[in-house]
Amino acid sequence: MSVVDVLSVVSILWGTFFFVAGTVGLLRFPDTYTRLHALTKADNLGLGLVVIGLLPQVGHVLVALKLIVVWLLVLLASSDVSQLIARAVGRQEGGR
Amino acid sequence: MADVLIGVSALVLLTVAIGLWSVLRGPTRADRMMAVQLFGTGGIAALLLVGTATGVDAIVDVALILALLSAFASVTFVKAKQ
Amino acid sequence: MIFWVSVGIGMLLLALALWTIVVKDTFAAVAAFIPYGLLLTLAWLILAAVDVALTEAAIGAGLTGALLINAASRLERAESSAKPRAPGIAMRVAAAMASLAVTVLIALCVLRLPDEAPMLAPEVGMHIGSLGVGNPITAVLLSFRALDTLLEAIVLLIGLIGVWSLASDSCWGGRPGQMQVVSSNDILVYLARVLPPVGVVVGIYILWVGADHPGGKFQGATVIAAMWLLTIMSGLRDAPMVSQRWLRAMLVAGPSMFIAAGVLGTLMADAFLAFPTGSEKLWIIVIEVALLPSLAVTLVLLLLGPPQRKDVQT
Repeated sequence: MSVVDVLSVVSILWGTFFFVAGTVGLLRFPDTYTRLHALTKADNLGLGLVVIGLLPQVGHVLVALKLIVVWLLVLLASSDVSQLIARAVGRQEGGR
Repeated sequence: MADVLIGVSALVLLTVAIGLWSVLRGPTRADRMMAVQLFGTGGIAALLLVGTATGVDAIVDVALILALLSAFASVTFVKAKQ
Repeated sequence: MIFWVSVGIGMLLLALALWTIVVKDTFAAVAAFIPYGLLLTLAWLILAAVDVALTEAAIGAGLTGALLINAASRLERAESSAKPRAPGIAMRVAAAMASLAVTVLIALCVLRLPDEAPMLAPEVGMHIGSLGVGNPITAVLLSFRALDTLLEAIVLLIGLIGVWSLASDSCWGGRPGQMQVVSSNDILVYLARVLPPVGVVVGIYILWVGADHPGGKFQGATVIAAMWLLTIMSGLRDAPMVSQRWLRAMLVAGPSMFIAAGVLGTLMADAFLAFPTGSEKLWIIVIEVALLPSLAVTLVLLLLGPPQRKDVQT
């Protein structure tokens, strides 16, 4: 395996670690807000590191661009939805 | 290399599947929504890994559609919660 | 490796399906339905059906989830006030027997399938070259079995009319859904401003790439419909009045073009929906492009529901 392949695998494994961390956080943190915080780590860093690791592995530049677009869309959507969830929870708890 | 990628995608899926336990447990609606969100992102990661491993570029299109539609579904959930 | 992944997905699907049926909270059931759709997408991919996976991701995970959650919210008020009587033992046994009978019937049918499944795939392979499209699914849907696609589009329209018929008499032709009041700084409005342009481009890309790769008008229309719904849900634009002429024209334009193409086919190529040789790809493109906006509008209106308020004409 070449150096690039090794770097890819390292990046992807780190991404998987963040997915595991996000899941553990979702299951074990005490509060909805803290769970939300853990969730966004998986969304941003987990997927981001996986995408970075995959970039050298794809066959065509356009596919690599598509990978980055997918990551940016997930970043945008997940950050927005997290805000919305947090506000909805906050409103329910009486504006804490 | 391809085997490694497929192995990692299975690992990611296993992880977020364990997160599905939060859907079952709750206790609040927000927790269930968050578990669904996590599963969506994990699914996208698994799709990208499998797509790159097998060389079928169309799978990246599936991940693209999934990203957009899961954002839409999450927004519907949040709006319905109110 | 793939075998164990398949087994895992299969068991998780069963567990999620059981849980969706058994759980009492409707919201939780719908929240479990979306991962179910995602797992089905993965299952389709393992079976090497990428087109079906695209459609499952778009419709099964996204649009159906939204439809179900809207239905769940509408039912919530009725659910809490109605206390259903638990069915008696006789009813439960009868239901169990009926379900068992259907399961046994399906199992028998599946187990008795011949080993060499009868397939038309070789025939498709033989004739696809003349069409100029590389994706066999598109070839089957829009050329060899174009009649099915036409009838599907018409069935969607009929379903929409059924949804509209649920409106009360005073609201007929009005706007579906409640008025959304959202402040202009809201984060949802931000999402509704940034995401739809990207979504529309992706939708048109999926339509275009469907000629040679997995994709097509249905998945593209779903993405565009989701983007429009996002705009409406955020309050940026109000739901359209269903009595408007441009709306109804758009709904009908796609199937009408399809029927017109069929009639032209009768005149030019001896059969309804036959394409004259040499210009098949052009006809397929015209039909797909005509159907895309109609499908998107139909899906949006199906999800918005029956009209609920009648605007006062200003």
